[in-house]
Parts: sequence; structure tokens; C-alpha cells
Amino acid sequence: MDAIKAPSYRRIYVWELPVRAFHWINGICILLLGVTGYLIGRPFAVISEQEASFQYWFGTVRFLHFAAGYLFLINMLARIYWGFVGNRYANWKQFIPTRRKWFTEVADVLRVDVLQTRVQGKIHIGHNRLAGFIYFLSFWVYGFQALTGFALYAAMSPSWIGRAAAAVIPGTWNDMGVRQWHHAGLWFFVLFTIIHVYLVFYHDYVEGRGTTSSMVGGWKFEREDYFKS
Amino acid sequence: MAEPRSTIWETMQERGHSRRDFLQFCAYAATLAGIAPAAHGKVAEAFEKKARPPVIWLHFQECTCCSESFIRAEHPVVADVLMDAISLDYTETLQAASGHAAEKCKADTMKAYAGKYILLVEGSVPTEADGVYCCIGGRTALDILKEAAAGAAAVIAWGNCASYGCVQNAKPNPTGATPISKLIGKPVINVPGCPPIADVMVGVVTHILVFGRPPELDAQGRPKEFYGRRVHDTCYRRPTYDAGMFVETWDDDAARKGYCLYHMGCRGPVTYNACAVTKWNERTSYPIQSGHGCIGCSENQFWDNGPFYQHLPSFPGFGIESTADKIGLAAGAAAAVGVAAHAISTNIRKRGLIHEHVAESVTENKSE
Ligand code: SF4
Repeated sequence: MDAIKAPSYRRIYVWELPVRAFHWINGICILLLGVTGYLIGRPFAVISEQEASFQYWFGTVRFLHFAAGYLFLINMLARIYWGFVGNRYANWKQFIPTRRKWFTEVADVLRVDVLQTRVQGKIHIGHNRLAGFIYFLSFWVYGFQALTGFALYAAMSPSWIGRAAAAVIPGTWNDMGVRQWHHAGLWFFVLFTIIHVYLVFYHDYVEGRGTTSSMVGGWKFEREDYFKS
Repeated sequence: MAEPRSTIWETMQERGHSRRDFLQFCAYAATLAGIAPAAHGKVAEAFEKKARPPVIWLHFQECTCCSESFIRAEHPVVADVLMDAISLDYTETLQAASGHAAEKCKADTMKAYAGKYILLVEGSVPTEADGVYCCIGGRTALDILKEAAAGAAAVIAWGNCASYGCVQNAKPNPTGATPISKLIGKPVINVPGCPPIADVMVGVVTHILVFGRPPELDAQGRPKEFYGRRVHDTCYRRPTYDAGMFVETWDDDAARKGYCLYHMGCRGPVTYNACAVTKWNERTSYPIQSGHGCIGCSENQFWDNGPFYQHLPSFPGFGIESTADKIGLAAGAAAAVGVAAHAISTNIRKRGLIHEHVAESVTENKSE
């Protein structure tokens, strides 16, 4: 046992408050949007003796969906803004692999995740390079969902956001098609959530750097020798 | 060769209608076209003074349901007069002439009124195999359409066929059925529906007659005055939709009570048309009022968005039984299984690594 020397760790403030706030607001929005969205696509019928004018449950579900949609959009825009003014781990450049070194890391992370080998090189302190890139792609899906969602909303609201979104969608796409793809987008979030939550736990487990709690307190831990080489 | 054409007022007089009939007709037509009462005088003036524009009505890949609908316009005077008013110079289904005489009549009109006549097209145009799937008088539909469109002052596409291709254009579209707006280099007024509502057809023609220009169109080329709102927005079952009171099978209590058909695949929320307002057959009813969901017949590609009795359409490439939900659920389940398997394998394969981590902490504790 003596052969193993206890390494010392350094504490790094990685996720600033706006980043953490974005993450959790986003998560709550997605949960709410997902549940209400699913219900909008497949509602259950109310069995009641009351007249329709005394009830509004489906209307309420739709209201929640629209309200959460607005929050989701604003939150997303705020995060994009923070990508320009936040710390280096929040910067937009973190999400697009450009340098050769980054691709090596992507390959390394893929090996760690899929083949379950040991980490060969270094895994970046912020988002690992693969995760960063996946989040970059997710943002496009967020944008797509916001666009198709608000385009559908345009038919029932005078809001300019809706009209603007509808104007961007090609005129030959009818609402049925937009609704189909917007609905299909829901399943991206289901898959994303399953895999994302699992991988956070997994990396926390095999790396021991406090990945999971970092999104609560903002701190990650890194071996002292990480900073040397 | 072109004798001076009479006005609508003159035509009506010839047919024995009174001035009162004429004004009634004007008011009715104006209301249909969405013209404010203050301007109804203008309509009467237009119908009194403007010569009736000659009209050519072409029939291609269609079932004649648009014509059938048109002759059932609600007001008898409208039905009677407008057919005459627009002075149909050529239409295969209704004209008395046939053969060479009919073709000559059309050719004469096109020549004499080049740039002035209104072209109404019913049916899509096949483009596969050089267009042999629809030939009239030895010429292909495409040829006939191009010739007629060249000199037209306005082109109206009647019905979903001419506007979007309708069922002929549904996958796999063996004849290459094509909407006319894709074939002629001119703006086309799409008046979709299968068929379009008679009063909407009359309204569009009236608009052109009165204002001398096409109505304002939406992104899909439909007049906004009739296709600006969804069937769902004016549906009388809407309160049950908001309340979440849905029909779940065709014979349940909710169906008898006339609740919302959303669950049964009603396309009202994604269909822009005036059915719930104008209704059909002299305001008798419209599909939803008769207990059947809207099938979205005024929408592009509505045949490919089936099945009609299912809220979500089948997912492209996954067969008729598939929906985004079924595929998504399968993918979600696969991901969950994958994750579980991965977790188990992690605990086996990473045993060494975890031991090391544990050992580290043990050493740490010892050194205290
Ligand atoms: S029946 Fe159709 S159009 Fe009417 S409220 Fe229900 S979904 Fe909307």
C-alpha cells in the first residue's frame, strides 16, 4: 500500500452562478415542457358531468407549456450571452472542438465511455471536450424546438416571437409537419436526459473529481500534478 | 372578332333579374369577399360598369368536385349569375360545345383577350413520362396549361389538386402530379380544399372582379381572407377542447355529446380554412359538426399526413403503424437498458481503478 502516494488536490471554481442557474432552470423547463408537451400530443380525456365552460384542464396544460417555453427561450439566450462574458469554462469556444489536442481528448473520452478503458491523457476541467461538443449540438436542438414551438404558437397568439418564428419556417411546411418534428424533438430530450445523467454519475465515479456536485456548488477538484505537465 | 362584352348588370337584366336582385347580389358578393359595407356601392358600380372578364376553366387531373362545389354556391342568384357573370368561355364539364368547336372557342378567347382573361385551373398536371397521363384534344395538360397561362391576367388554382397536388401527388406519386404554381412562372392564387368551399370560390372570384387584383395571400399562396384562421379557431367544439373533454372512441358517450375530436385525429388545429364559419351546403353543416374530424384537406400533402384517425401521423420511413412516440419510446428504452448494462460492466471492469482510489484515501487516513 505504501507504493501509492496520496495525491493532493486543488479546488477550482468552474461553474459560475449564472451557469449553474441556467443548468437548473433549463432542466426544470425541459421537464415541464416534456411532460406538458407529451400531454398535448396525447391528452387524457376528462370524465365529468360538468359543462365545458366550468373546466379548463387542457387549456392549463397548454398554458404551462407556453409559459415554460418562454422561460426556456429566455434562459437559453441568457446562457448564450454568458458564453461571451463568463469565465473561461463558460466561454462559447469551449463547445466547438477546433484544436487537434481537443480531438485527441474526444477520442480518449469515447474510449473511456464506450470501451471503459482508463483515462490516457488529461480530461479538461470544464466540460470534457466530447461533452462540450454534444452540448453545442444540443443547443441547435434547443433552437429548433424553440423555433418550431413558437411557429406553432403563432396561430394562437399575436405575440411577435411567434410571428417571427413562423416567418423563418419555410412557407411550404404546413403546421402538421412542424408539429410532427416538434413532437419528435421531445424524444431527443428523453434520450439526452437518460444518457447525460448517467454519464455524469459515471464520470464522477471513475474520475473522482466531484463532477456531480460541481453543478450545485460550482467547484471541481483536480490533482496537483495536473497543473504541472 | 371580340364583340364588346356586357357587364354583370346587363347580363342580369337580360336574364330577367330586377335591380333589387342585382343589389342583393352585389351585397352578398361583397360580404363574401370581406368588403366593408361602406364600400358596397363600389361593388355595385363595378358590376354595373366593368365588362365581364372572359374566363377559361381548365380541367386536368381532378374529380370535378371543385366544379360541383362551385355550382352549389349558397345564394341562387350568385350561382346563377356568377357562372354567367364571369362568362365562362371554356370549361370541359359545362360547355355546350365539344370537339374542335370547343377548342376553337378557347383559342379565340385567348387571342382576343390576351392579358385580360382569368384562368381557373382544376386538377394537377402530370409531368412523368412527358405528361402522357393527362391529355386533352391530343395535347398534354402541361402544354395546354402553359399556353393558357401565358396570356392570363390572373390564375386561380381550384382545390388541393391544382394548389398542392392532392391525392395524385401523395407518395409515391406515380404520374408526377404537380401543383400548377410550380409549372408556370406567374403568381397563382391557391384556393385549396377537397373541394374548396363554394362560397370561398365565389368570394375569390368576386374579389378579383371588384378590385381587379388578387387578394392578399399567405405563405402558401392562399387568400388570407378565407384561409387566415384555423378550423380549430372557429370550431364550435372548441370549449370542450380547452376543457379536455375528448372523444376517445367513435361510439363513446363523449362522441354522442359532441365533444372535441382532437384525440380522433382531428386536423382542425393545423388546418387553415373557413369551414367552421361558412359551413357547407347552404350552411347546413361541416365535417366536425357531422361528427367526423377535419382531415386537413386545404393543407399541403394532407394525404401523406395520415392515418386520419390518429393525432400523430406515422413517422416517415417507419411504416404506417409508427408514430414519433412509439419510436421515441423504443429508443428511450434502449438507452435505459444500455445505461444499466454499462453501469454493471463499469463495476466489474473498473474494479482495479476504484481499489486504487480507495487505497489512496486509506493512505491519506493513515498519514494523519
Ligand atoms: S373538434 Fe377539431 S377543430 Fe374542433 S376543437 Fe376539437 S380539435 Fe379543434
